[in-house]
Amino acid sequence: MAIETLVLGAGQEVGKSCVVVNINGKRIMFDCGMHMGYNDHRQFPDFSLISPSRNFNDALSCIIITHFHLDHVGALAYFTEVCGYSGPVYMTYPTKALAPLMLEDYRKVMVNRRGEEEQFTSDHIAECMKKVIAVDLKQTVQVDEDLEIRAYYAGHVIGAAMFYVKVGDAEMVYTGDYNMTPDRHLGAAQIDRLRLDLLITESTYATTIRDSKYAREREFLKAIHKCVSGGGKVLIPTFALGRAQELCILLEDYWERMNLKVPIYFSAGLTIQANMYYKMLIGWTSQKIKDTYSTHNAFDFKNVHKFERSMLDAPGPCVLFATPGMISGGFSLEVFKHWAPSENNLVTLPGYCLAGTVGHKLISGKSTNIDIDPDTQIDVRCQIHQLAFSPHTDSKGIMDLVKFLSPKHVILVHGEKPKMDSLKERIHSELEIPCYNPANNETVNIPSTNYVNAEASGTFIRNCLNPNFKFQKCNSVDTRDSTLIDRNLTPELQVEDERVADGVLVMESNKKAKIVHRDEVLLMLDEKKQEA
Amino acid sequence: MKFTCLSKGRGFHFPPCHMLNCCGIRILLDCPLDLSALMAFSPVPTSLDAFSFEESNNNEKRQKIEDLLEAKSLIFAEPWYKTVNSLHLWNASLIDVILISSPMGIMGLPFLTRRKGFSAKIYVTLASARLGQLMMEDLVSMHAEFRQFYGLKESNFPPWLRQEELEILPSVLKEILAGKDGVELGAWMPMYSAADVKDCMLKINTLNYAQEVCYNGTLVIKAFSSGVEIGSCNWILNGPKGDIAYLSNSCFFSAHAMAFDYRSLRGTCALIYSDFSSLSDTQDIEDGDNYTDPTSDKLLPPSSFQDSDGFNLNSDEDLEEKEKLVFICSCAIECVKDGGSVLIPINRLGTILQLLEEMTTLLEASATEVPVYIISSVAEELLVWLNIIPEWLCKQRQERLFSGEFLFAHVKLLKEKKIHVVPDIHSHGFLKNWREPCIVFCPHWSLRMGPVVHLLRRWCGDPKSLLILEDMENLELALLPFKPVAMKVLQCLFPSGIGLQKVQPLLKTLQPKTVLFPEDLRLKTNFSCEKSFSVSYYTEAETLKVSRQKDSSEIKIAADLASQFYWKTFKKEGINVNRLKGKLLMENGRHHLFLDNDKKTSSGNSSLLRCGLLDSNKFLAKLSKMGINASMERGTDDAGSTNVRIVHTEKPYKALIEIGNTSTAITTVDANVASILYKAIDNILDEV
Ligand SMILES: [Zn+2]
Repeated sequence: MAIETLVLGAGQEVGKSCVVVNINGKRIMFDCGMHMGYNDHRQFPDFSLISPSRNFNDALSCIIITHFHLDHVGALAYFTEVCGYSGPVYMTYPTKALAPLMLEDYRKVMVNRRGEEEQFTSDHIAECMKKVIAVDLKQTVQVDEDLEIRAYYAGHVIGAAMFYVKVGDAEMVYTGDYNMTPDRHLGAAQIDRLRLDLLITESTYATTIRDSKYAREREFLKAIHKCVSGGGKVLIPTFALGRAQELCILLEDYWERMNLKVPIYFSAGLTIQANMYYKMLIGWTSQKIKDTYSTHNAFDFKNVHKFERSMLDAPGPCVLFATPGMISGGFSLEVFKHWAPSENNLVTLPGYCLAGTVGHKLISGKSTNIDIDPDTQIDVRCQIHQLAFSPHTDSKGIMDLVKFLSPKHVILVHGEKPKMDSLKERIHSELEIPCYNPANNETVNIPSTNYVNAEASGTFIRNCLNPNFKFQKCNSVDTRDSTLIDRNLTPELQVEDERVADGVLVMESNKKAKIVHRDEVLLMLDEKKQEA
Repeated sequence: MKFTCLSKGRGFHFPPCHMLNCCGIRILLDCPLDLSALMAFSPVPTSLDAFSFEESNNNEKRQKIEDLLEAKSLIFAEPWYKTVNSLHLWNASLIDVILISSPMGIMGLPFLTRRKGFSAKIYVTLASARLGQLMMEDLVSMHAEFRQFYGLKESNFPPWLRQEELEILPSVLKEILAGKDGVELGAWMPMYSAADVKDCMLKINTLNYAQEVCYNGTLVIKAFSSGVEIGSCNWILNGPKGDIAYLSNSCFFSAHAMAFDYRSLRGTCALIYSDFSSLSDTQDIEDGDNYTDPTSDKLLPPSSFQDSDGFNLNSDEDLEEKEKLVFICSCAIECVKDGGSVLIPINRLGTILQLLEEMTTLLEASATEVPVYIISSVAEELLVWLNIIPEWLCKQRQERLFSGEFLFAHVKLLKEKKIHVVPDIHSHGFLKNWREPCIVFCPHWSLRMGPVVHLLRRWCGDPKSLLILEDMENLELALLPFKPVAMKVLQCLFPSGIGLQKVQPLLKTLQPKTVLFPEDLRLKTNFSCEKSFSVSYYTEAETLKVSRQKDSSEIKIAADLASQFYWKTFKKEGINVNRLKGKLLMENGRHHLFLDNDKKTSSGNSSLLRCGLLDSNKFLAKLSKMGINASMERGTDDAGSTNVRIVHTEKPYKALIEIGNTSTAITTVDANVASILYKAIDNILDEV
């Protein structure tokens, strides 16, 4: 038996996560993402590798989506509605609620800004979501008689989950994106100790070790406070979901503590609408936020108002959350054009921006002139603050998870090749676990566990449970020469209870293998003799 | 496995309670309270009642002259609470696991958790735990009114439990206190405290639906929605000797809670059927009480479902339920239009939520502006909580999440001030905004405690007002303290279980091997021609032993271990045998045998065993050929037979070999030696 892993996306890169695993005859697609950095055929995974005849319903048992980020769900509507996959799709309740918002938002950006032909329509998204089966955390879902899946809390964004899959005796986990440390609104990833053949984990920060998050948060708040108290405007380009809520909770809390009156705005209706979902999904946030929901729902932002376009050039300080993130276009770009030329203003950017976006140019270059398009050049004089906290686990977190789960094999995805190589080497040398980091469209084969099933007789099992105490007097001579052992702590008498039973495995022709107690073998043989 | 039904319960608010012994693990199924027994007590007396209160306290004059039930015959004392009587016969410290199937099933739990030596693991769904906690907190807060009135007494044995006091009680009350056979006096407990509830909640392990938890490595426990209430569930217990399904009250239809997930209960070795709701299905409900308004209907359960699949989802039933709600609401609206107020002391969450939505819609449609109040100490918290639990709700509610609407309409209604939530009747905000006529939802359905008592006293004489009740076993007793009642009374029966007609088709679908079925329902069902499963009947307070077909358990042997097996074939008998050496683990209810790399177990005395008669001379020759010095002596074995030869080997290995008639045992300190000797013996036996 083997587990065959075909990486269709996020192989030695970040973007369009999509991994197809064949495990004991069941084929599961984990994530169905898009690459935001391309708008040609490289945008979507190469689905033809799953089934050259493009008969995806026969080729796949199910699709599992780990969270609502577009690089994990962006190609789903295309795959189900255009490519014709109509089998089951599993995701958590929050992901099912929020993924369509992300898809719709992206579709609009795609059509409006780029003027491209849309790859999927609003109807496609709606139809696609009808195929989705929502799951709760730790709920064991029986996809079919042999295939069992289970979601575990992954932190990262609301509803993000790691998925456990079991087919026969083979077991594996696909992590999606996860965070091993809690943030302002989410808890840390949590998983049971499992007996895994394979762990497929993200490795965005394969070599980074982060220090205290709170110091980084303070830096962020200080930068914003400094800007607004100087009368400047703060632009926070984010996607509508996830980071926006986390930063907003941070700001709300700070605003209350410092008694600030400077308005905080959300640009589009989307974020405000998203907050409504967050309010209902509060059960998926951190313990601290859950504990206070009955007195105050943390997503009822008191200081947040809706931003109108007319306020763009209004005087006075403010903080504005504008979509999309990375200033890849849309409204955040429009605001940027207005505010960037003033040194009073501030733009905050995430630690990671895709190549080709304005955000990427801002954090990578020192140049103050940025070309938006051939006709537009912006003289950037505003402050740039780079957010040093990220909802991804760092390399210590990855190592901790791998060590905790101790799988038989590890596959790294969702990272940059050089860093992945070094992490791979560490997992191999420090944990002695074989590790792979295949590129896109490559396949990795690993063997899988299978057990021999037998029956055990009641006598044998009962015998196994018989206590078998062993008393050992500690020899004081043994401890005398060792100065390391505190003699007071070494008990004089040691008791062991190692339970041992004599078992014999018996195979009779045409019968299931049976484990019996030694005494029973004789009886069985006697019976046979009499029969003969 | 052994199964004892401790109580078959009494409908929705008092679910059944059982004890199950499976794989040596003692499992208590639910721990409810019989709150209908509160009706034996008087509500907190008012100044008007002071006379009857005093009179009833004047013991000497009291005598039982005739069996007359009057308001003053009720017990005027701080109530105690009636738990499951036979539960007290069990030592609480001997219970290993407690499974709570619904918020109602948790109500008596603080009585257990506060006992000395209590150490059971309690499993409850997350939603049942939260709802149950709110219900217990509400109960404690309503009870406080009694404490305030009667004063805090040292918890002595209450006089009303004394035999001589019981004798002078009307028979109805006596039966409530002592039970039909007079044995239930031990079931009464003084109220638990808020601290007891808190402590109880700390001892609970919460679950999601279909989440696997493993007790002691042996028993895998899973909860599946039963559709009766938010968080309510049925259980699957999976042990090494097969699985058991516990089927509690279940509803195929629910307008709030997640629907009955019967598919997940399929194909178990044994199924415990514990839905007693159909007990009342065919009971005649008399229409003879004086208080019922002749124009108001008594709502009966849907009589028959013509359903080709037998039990498969039938929207008619849903429709009927909906019609019933619309009818109730239209009665209420007629009443308020007429200037009367409506009092709804219903404690079923699903019903309240639906009535609330229906009522406000109809009010709006009929352009009637009357305030709707919800009065309860926990209502505010409950209503907020209901909007953050999409995972626990029915499909239609979940759809509202996915389309970005609030899960329940009350969020909007509260914002628009169409409904008002107040913690109690004395609260400042309440008195300020109070307007009549109005519609009030409040506890408690027993009509003995909570805001309902005060409002019922206010309106019971008003023929224009309307009281909407859940189905009461004894309506006369329920209304006794409020006599004479001029107000209209509408009593409604809400289904809370599997209908009688659906029992058989359901069991056929679930295909268990054995069904444990209530004796009480035996006559109402007919399993005589049922071939696909066997049925055993159980009755209250009797232990039923169910033998499993097999004494054996499943075991999984790791492939790396299996590949090292050294098979020995007995050709004549057609048997292959192999001695096992490995580590036996119990994990998730399954035995596993793994390769053992631990050195500790591979050294030390090991005793190998061979079957068959060993020619000792041949054996000694073989040993010397191998360079092993051995001497032989005759000895006796345990059975006293002298036919045992003992072979000592000294060099190069030290070992003791016992050769019996049918078996040979090797004892040595070195496993390698043992295997060398074993192979030698094996060789000889092969030649035989
Ligand atoms: Zn992500």
